Amino acid sequence: MKIADWLAAACADADKRGLSELKPLLESLARSTTALRLADAAVQEKGDEPSADTEA
Amino acid sequence: MTARGGDTPSPDLRSIAEIAPLIARREVSPVQLVRNCLARIEARRELNAFITVMSETAVAEATAAEDEIASGRYRGPLHGIPVSVKDLIDVAGTPTTSGSAVPPRRPRHDAPIVQRLRDAGAVLIGKTNLHEFAFGTTGDETAFGAIRNPFDMTRSAGGSSSGAAVALHEGMCFASLGTDTGGSIRIPAAACGVVGLKPTYGELSCEGIVALSTTCDHVGPLTRTLRDARIVFDVLKGDGSLEQPARKQSTRSTRVTVAVPGGYLLERLDVHVRAALERARTAIERDGHTVRDIDLPEARLTPDVYLHIVLPEASRYHAGTLASNAAAYSPGVRLRLEMGGYVLAEDYVRAMGLRQVLRAAVDRALDGCDGLLLPALSIPAPTLGAATVDIDGTPEPTRSAMLRLTQLFNLSGHPAIAIPSGTTPAGLPLSMQIVGRYGQTHQLLELAETLEPQISGGAGSVGGGTG
Repeated sequence: MKIADWLAAACADADKRGLSELKPLLESLARSTTALRLADAAVQEKGDEPSADTEA
Repeated sequence: MTARGGDTPSPDLRSIAEIAPLIARREVSPVQLVRNCLARIEARRELNAFITVMSETAVAEATAAEDEIASGRYRGPLHGIPVSVKDLIDVAGTPTTSGSAVPPRRPRHDAPIVQRLRDAGAVLIGKTNLHEFAFGTTGDETAFGAIRNPFDMTRSAGGSSSGAAVALHEGMCFASLGTDTGGSIRIPAAACGVVGLKPTYGELSCEGIVALSTTCDHVGPLTRTLRDARIVFDVLKGDGSLEQPARKQSTRSTRVTVAVPGGYLLERLDVHVRAALERARTAIERDGHTVRDIDLPEARLTPDVYLHIVLPEASRYHAGTLASNAAAYSPGVRLRLEMGGYVLAEDYVRAMGLRQVLRAAVDRALDGCDGLLLPALSIPAPTLGAATVDIDGTPEPTRSAMLRLTQLFNLSGHPAIAIPSGTTPAGLPLSMQIVGRYGQTHQLLELAETLEPQISGGAGSVGGGTG
């Protein structure tokens, strides 16, 4: 899902639930998600795709 | 040790290592120790360190410990020692409030980690206040009153194990159990001038502890001295036998190498924190150890990876209560939990993958050295309720500043410890953090003991000396 589409849907849902104060946080999360996806793409491009092992 | 006259008894700040032999020789009474701690809790109520004070059971447990020791059955260094437990951890017969107005759970059984303390003969004196559901680092979002820093009542005690650190500094107990998902043991330890140990991930059981993020949660001790951290950790690991201190004699060489990770981790430091790091570094090198500068560029990914793991894991845990009783949460905690419900599964999976990159990067950073050295907290304790802090003339969100130096090691799972490192000119505590190799918490403790004189500047831990 594209981040812009996700953000629009998330903000609409927050409005519907009466949680408009959530929208600035969701915008901040969208910026973080953009950075996360760029980092993930860079790792995969290097051929160094990590496993999604859930253990820390 | 005895409570003095007047309304405010002076605190007993001796270490467990100092007092345990006196208890074993029956020169100090556990009952008197408990009464002193209870008096200190009562005398400093305004700090909001405790949620539940277990006065009656604590005195009864101390009496039983005293009788047992008198009959020749001394269990070890925690026998008869008053300890506190963060109120996120189940203690049979007391509510686990998690610092929230959400109805508490009422456990019938102790968390296994608490059972370890009981088996060692420790006396449970009470349950400490915390940032609600451990979802914050400032201790000001709690249904039981903002936890205040004993060095300056207008400032945060750090968090989320805020009350634990305050209780130790104030002599309300001799050790405390805390939890650490992004720094929640190390941050309050740093803000209050005590020692905080986050062991390796999974080393101590989190069963019976209210979860925040099941893949980042850790449990561990806060203590007044490093030596005490080792004593309590050994007990929590199930290795706290009478012969423990002698058996655990260090085999470490007298010269060690630590690496200071530059870049993201050190680029936004308060001037006094940076000066403390330089002082520690200079002293370590002066005493013949080696300090190397290393790059850890992957660390820049930390906040984004952390957010996409902790938010949805926390949100999942709270989903039912959010749906049925959202108004019971503090507004800020509720919003952060709600936010987690919007993280997409594909982004959670990306974050879990990048987490392995971070773990490998920390492993590489530790290649050829005994540990990493960096501050535990990038700023001194901030003012309670401050949304931002000033670092070098630039505002920084308080939450980011508090978490910057600790959360990487929750993602990577490496053991890390916060050690007092002097104070600012205004008298606020400063703290250094040492990070050890994965699975080598005991070696980390040995390294920390080796470097404590240089890091503390000779002041030792609170209470004087390393015990």
